[in-house]
Amino acid sequence: MPSIKELAKRKEKFVSGHRLCPGCGAGVVARLVMLAIDKPVVVGCATGCLEVSSTIFPYTSWDTPFIHSAFENVAATISGVESAYKALKKQGKIDKDIVFVAFGGDGGTYDIGLQSLSGAAERGHRMLYVCYNNQAYMNTGIQRSSATPKGASTTTSPAGKVIPGKIQFSKDIMSIMIAHRIPYVAQTIPGRWNDIVNKVEKAINTDGFSFINVLSPCRLGWPHKPELAMEITRLAVDTCFWPLYEVIDGKYKLNYKPKEKKPITEWLKIQARFAHLLKPGNEHIVEEIQKEIDRRWEDLLRKCETS
Amino acid sequence: MPSAKVAKTGNEIFAEAMRQINPDVVAAYPITPATEIVQIFSQFVADGLVKTEYIAVESEHSAMSACIGASAAGARTMTGTSAQGLALMWEMLYIAAGLRLPIIMAVVNRALSAPINIHCDHSDTMGARDSGWIQIYSENVQEAYDNMIQAVRIAEHPEVKLPVMVTTDGFILSHCLEVVEILDDADVQRFVGEPPKRHTLLDFENPITIGALDLQDYYFEHRRQVAEAMNNCGRIIEQIASEYANLTGRKYEFFERYRLDDAEYAIVLIGSTAGTAKEVVDRLRVGGKKVGLLKIRVFRPFDYLKIREILKNIRVIGVMDRADGLNSFCGPLYTEICTALYESDNRPVLANFIYGLGGREVKESDIEQVFDELFKIDREGKKVNTKYIGVRE
Ligand SMILES: Cc1ncc(C[n+]2csc(CCOP(=O)(O)OP(=O)(O)O)c2C)c(N)n1
Ligand code: SF4
Ligand SMILES: [Mg+2]
Repeated sequence: MPSIKELAKRKEKFVSGHRLCPGCGAGVVARLVMLAIDKPVVVGCATGCLEVSSTIFPYTSWDTPFIHSAFENVAATISGVESAYKALKKQGKIDKDIVFVAFGGDGGTYDIGLQSLSGAAERGHRMLYVCYNNQAYMNTGIQRSSATPKGASTTTSPAGKVIPGKIQFSKDIMSIMIAHRIPYVAQTIPGRWNDIVNKVEKAINTDGFSFINVLSPCRLGWPHKPELAMEITRLAVDTCFWPLYEVIDGKYKLNYKPKEKKPITEWLKIQARFAHLLKPGNEHIVEEIQKEIDRRWEDLLRKCETS
Repeated sequence: MPSAKVAKTGNEIFAEAMRQINPDVVAAYPITPATEIVQIFSQFVADGLVKTEYIAVESEHSAMSACIGASAAGARTMTGTSAQGLALMWEMLYIAAGLRLPIIMAVVNRALSAPINIHCDHSDTMGARDSGWIQIYSENVQEAYDNMIQAVRIAEHPEVKLPVMVTTDGFILSHCLEVVEILDDADVQRFVGEPPKRHTLLDFENPITIGALDLQDYYFEHRRQVAEAMNNCGRIIEQIASEYANLTGRKYEFFERYRLDDAEYAIVLIGSTAGTAKEVVDRLRVGGKKVGLLKIRVFRPFDYLKIREILKNIRVIGVMDRADGLNSFCGPLYTEICTALYESDNRPVLANFIYGLGGREVKESDIEQVFDELFKIDREGKKVNTKYIGVRE
């Protein structure tokens, strides 16, 4: 694993000039993922904030070959690119070792793109799929996705007089991907550069399909103070809302255990999407959220111990 | 020109042409009546007869998405589908064309649901007619083969760079055995050649961004370029047809004119019904009727000027559509023929006939009925509204 100094010296493949909001997590995720890959890499990106902000013609932030085709199909698109590479390599028309990375938002991953993701994972294409997960459809104006946490107010799960934001807990995409029995699945945050870089390195050195779920703050949709973007992801880890772990060939490994598990209110209170939950009368919802976080955390600890 | 005569169905011939073309990548999903194409082809892959990477995708949307990725990476890329499969690809069809990717697709024409039906009509590909794909329809299995081989060269031509769909009529051609002449593998390889150089995703000397966001300031220009490619590819389609004719002796044009030179009454249609219509034309000719047929082979691009030239001296024309427009007036082919003739000094009388939906059999008597209608229109000087042929009304 490279030191931060070494990383800083690497040639950037995701460069400045993009038009993501200041304080957006997606740019940090893209930059760190690309820095971690010290090989020729082809990138695919699903429609969403990252893609529309980084490729406004005639400009591009990608100093590496890049393709966007549509919203729900980045895994299938990169399946095609990777297969072309295999075919041309077999014929001796190409000799480089090339890495393939697909970026999808949570909408493009958990919802509309789930089928194409599942298909590509099952077929075992050699690619790294990175879900930059800002927990809603941000590009179209903060609509709920199945990754949106319970209680969050979005424009299609608004907190109202009778409904207090999103009713459901988020979909457990990690278990879904682990159930595909792919060789590498991990969850990380951009707020710990070494964790994400390490995981990307492992993923691209895995022979097969790998999946990394990255929490990616959205200063407009959560919303939070832009300068808190990285801090907020570390808080997600310390409240056990977003544990850092990996599953290598089916074996669970916890990468970080908070010394002191913080209450979920710490994470809720700095984001306006949860503001209504902290008002009198909604205590039971916060309690339910805390309970579900505890349950998922215990479940993860058990899996890490027994696998 | 070494060649062989073989007995093959439409699906078998598509698979055979694909084997001879030997593409780098095929991504496909089964659907009746096109299923056999992918089955036969995956056997070729399993037996090591082709160098192709075969992607057994989980849907047609992913089939076309994977084809887009593969083609953008520089691979010669092919697929095949029908009806619902083509409908599921719809979003990606426009993207394949807009990104100027020379993907080749075999489409076995089938009716669109609902009600669900697996038999032939042209509503599936007619629905994709404005997607930027070149469309070549086949009358018989021989044409399907010849169209497929030429399609590769057309799609990849540096002045074209558009995807091409080659179609056959579901079951009528896809499942019927016909004796056809095929080329030697080596001749096909020589004819299709190495794909011309394009900008691709695997070129790290020249990294490019494909599929960028185009706003008000660029989108229009890029779409205009797609239109320009479509406007200009007719010449290249003809060039490649004449090269192919040199190789095979089989010369193809945008249209087939059948006994049209002195015709006063003509039918215009697409696909396998042309065979039936030719029989009827011959019979009516024996009886002294000046009748003829215009078969449309290349529907996209549509050669309006040539159509005008060919049809301008006909008295009454029956346009037969194997798809409904559901526009409360006419079918899609009729619209095109009308457009072509509007600026003719001498405008023939036109009538539209919708026929054969969902595989409804088209008999010689149906074609006779259409000609009878044309004679009647001429006699009575009265135009008719769109008529449905062979349906219980
Ligand atoms: C088939 C289709 N449906 C809807 C859209 C509109 N759309 C574009 S991006 C997007 C949401 C993206 O959400 P996500 O994947 O979470 O990425 P984010 O913008 O949050 O980064 C939607 C709904 C589309 N482009 N294509
Ligand atoms: S809306 Fe959110 S996800 Fe999109 S660019 Fe802005 S901060 Fe990033
Ligand atoms: Mg999102």
